[in-house]
Amino acid sequence: MELTEKLKKEIIEVLNLEDVKPEDIDTDGPLFGDGLGLDSIDALELIVLLEKNYGIKIEDPKEGRKIFTSVRTMADFILEHQKK
Amino acid sequence: MLITKYCQVKLSEIRINGSIVYAEKAESPADFLKSAYRSLTIQYPKFFKMDNLCKLALLSSEILLKDADLLTKYPSEEIGIIILNSSSSLETDEKHQESISDRGNYFPSPSVFVYTLPNIMTGEIAIRHRIKGENAVFISEKPDAQIIFRVVNELFSKERVSCCITGWVEAYHGRLSSCLMLVENEEKAKSLTEPEEIIIFDPSTIERIFKEDLQDGTYRKA
Repeated sequence: MELTEKLKKEIIEVLNLEDVKPEDIDTDGPLFGDGLGLDSIDALELIVLLEKNYGIKIEDPKEGRKIFTSVRTMADFILEHQKK
Repeated sequence: MLITKYCQVKLSEIRINGSIVYAEKAESPADFLKSAYRSLTIQYPKFFKMDNLCKLALLSSEILLKDADLLTKYPSEEIGIIILNSSSSLETDEKHQESISDRGNYFPSPSVFVYTLPNIMTGEIAIRHRIKGENAVFISEKPDAQIIFRVVNELFSKERVSCCITGWVEAYHGRLSSCLMLVENEEKAKSLTEPEEIIIFDPSTIERIFKEDLQDGTYRKA
């Protein structure tokens, strides 16, 4: 399964997005604000997701703004850091 | 002070002023809360992120405040929320404790952690309904009419509130019960409510509502 699709399923599960299906999430669409309408607690939950499922620790939560722009930016970040 | 409406929720049914408005035999509290939310066509996706205690508080307040139009009647700073419960946020506290008990698998969930205080019930109701008045949660072994009356009466006497959402909200594993009342300033409530719906807010009436026989589907005026 492509990483972006896997991430969509994981995001729905960890954030309890009850009425959202993976196909509803635009790979390049914004996750916060007008996109999925996520909040600051969701951002922290996504940081935990990266650490728990991919072993990637984000030391500075401010980095999250760039990493969590969209599902694609998350996937790119994971691929880049898993190679290291 | 008058009770202008009250709402009771327990596992399998919801009542307004004693009359059943929703009934379903659900497998678990979580299933019941979810199907009640859907059947009542409430639109608030944040509901699904809440723990059972907060879902119950929010659902009860949604039903209680439907068509109440509180913000057109009272300044938001004069609407209070006073809730009693027995188990505090223990169900979620335990869930959080489990997530931090193994140092080798230490992944506390921020979205679980935010529900490890019972006051989040009043916070969620306040956010949803844009209420800015006094609010508090008290822990009590059982629904206690005297505590409810003393606290709410004090708020009204000191003119801190003109309206208050108050009552009992309890959820712990298999247990699920709530009884929320809308208490309003007498003059304002009388001018806006049909006389036959008026119920005086006093300890014996609160006690009667708490003890109302939920097997009996008829509305018994207090």
